[in-house]
Amino acid sequence: MTEVLSTHGLVAGYGDFQALYDVDVEVHEGEAVALIGANGAGKSTFLRAVMGLLPVAPDMVHFDGAPVGGTPTDRMVQKGVAIVPEGRRLFTGMSVSDNLRVAIDQSSRFERKGCWTLSRLYQLFPILEEKARTPVESLSGGQQQMVSIGRALLCQPRLLLCDEISLGLAPRVVREIYAVLPEVRAQGTSIILVEQDVGLAKSASDRLYCMLEGRVTLSGRSEEITREQIGEAYFGGGHAVG
Amino acid sequence: MQWVDALVQGILLGGMYAQYALGMALMFGVMRIVNVSHGDLVILLSLIGISLASSFGLGPFAVMAALVPLALAFGWILQRAVLNRVVGEDPLPSLIATFGLSLALQNLMLQIWSANSRSLPGGGLESRSIEIGGIYIGLLPVIVLLVATGLTLGLDLMLKRMRFGRALRAASADVEAAAMTGVNPKSVYAMATAIAVGILGFAAVFQSLRSTVAPADGGAQLIYAFEAVIIGGMGSVWGAFAGSMVLGIAQAVGFRIDPGFGVLSGHIVFLLVLALRPQGLFGRA
Repeated sequence: MTEVLSTHGLVAGYGDFQALYDVDVEVHEGEAVALIGANGAGKSTFLRAVMGLLPVAPDMVHFDGAPVGGTPTDRMVQKGVAIVPEGRRLFTGMSVSDNLRVAIDQSSRFERKGCWTLSRLYQLFPILEEKARTPVESLSGGQQQMVSIGRALLCQPRLLLCDEISLGLAPRVVREIYAVLPEVRAQGTSIILVEQDVGLAKSASDRLYCMLEGRVTLSGRSEEITREQIGEAYFGGGHAVG
Repeated sequence: MQWVDALVQGILLGGMYAQYALGMALMFGVMRIVNVSHGDLVILLSLIGISLASSFGLGPFAVMAALVPLALAFGWILQRAVLNRVVGEDPLPSLIATFGLSLALQNLMLQIWSANSRSLPGGGLESRSIEIGGIYIGLLPVIVLLVATGLTLGLDLMLKRMRFGRALRAASADVEAAAMTGVNPKSVYAMATAIAVGILGFAAVFQSLRSTVAPADGGAQLIYAFEAVIIGGMGSVWGAFAGSMVLGIAQAVGFRIDPGFGVLSGHIVFLLVLALRPQGLFGRA
């Protein structure tokens, strides 16, 4: 399988605080990779570093075989990386359709074309079509998450980064949102899932990486990794995750 | 009748202030930049316009046709060369930068044009008026108000309907999320400042037609723009327009009470709004 993204000795942080130490992660075409770990393990920092939101050296991040570390965020989107950010980060004061149109406006100018259209997205999440003219701040959490995912898909990504998309949502809504991921992968799009729910992360990914205090402590095929192994990697001791 | 007249003249005066306030509201709304050099830019453009008119014998509307593209280009360069380096979550660096720019511009203008007051010859346009029901309405103020309304409407439509307007609103709501959606914030900012200064190209012509301008006059224009934006509610174009009307009416009514009370009356309304409704009359809390 072709490698889409790889990081090599990735270090990143905020000011004097170093949050990532020598992180090596790779993602292949069409693959779903989960990133798990406790709060503060560096999962979101990893996504931010890949997205060009934190200063990193060019060689630390490769996309499509080319060094892209530290590339401005909007250029990363143009290259084919999109993110569903933590906390959804919708454009308040704008309607659902305007939020989505911002992404269409930009991606329609990219050289690289994709398969996502507004009507296709509305098939996936029919409620968004119903609420197209509603300001995003009056949607429910699950609906907001759908807009955030839709916005990222309309950037026509080859690699989709999902930062805790299940956080704070009812189990039924989480299932509805996760049901979309196979369809995304069917387009050849790779996924990095940052997820707190270990069971969900395992079932939705091919491989997983577990992080602890800024380092990768465990990696392997999701179906082969046991709960005991995860527990040890998660907490750095002999705990098990229930 | 006297008060109806004051109201009408106030609204017309508000048209002038709206042309200052729109750009200021746009820059604040999108980038949280309070552009202290806003008034000096009006004066700079006015003086350039006056020089153009006297050197090439241009009429006021020909001057406007030359000045607006120049102002757009100037705003774009200002953002690309200076403000994009200081814009960010902390409003202080951009405040200091525009304050420095304001001082530099004033001294530059003194050097080039001297401290003398000048105005743009309007070929009689500035003194023509029409009478409606016993109230004399100047033709120039009516044109100013119409242009101000057109600019507000155009800006509002651009923000709501156009691709660039959506990118601008997105960047205004959450600049990092806009970048994550492929929007280049620095280009959006450069366009926003280009438009904000471009509008001053219209304002400069009208300002130098209706009164005289001198290099040190920028401060007063800045204050009026600032007050109009605060009264209307920061960061909304129709709020800035309405705030300009309120400020114009307050000044005109104050002027009828006592000629020395006109400008002060505007300041009092501004302070009252700031104290009682700091989000502005038309802003959301």
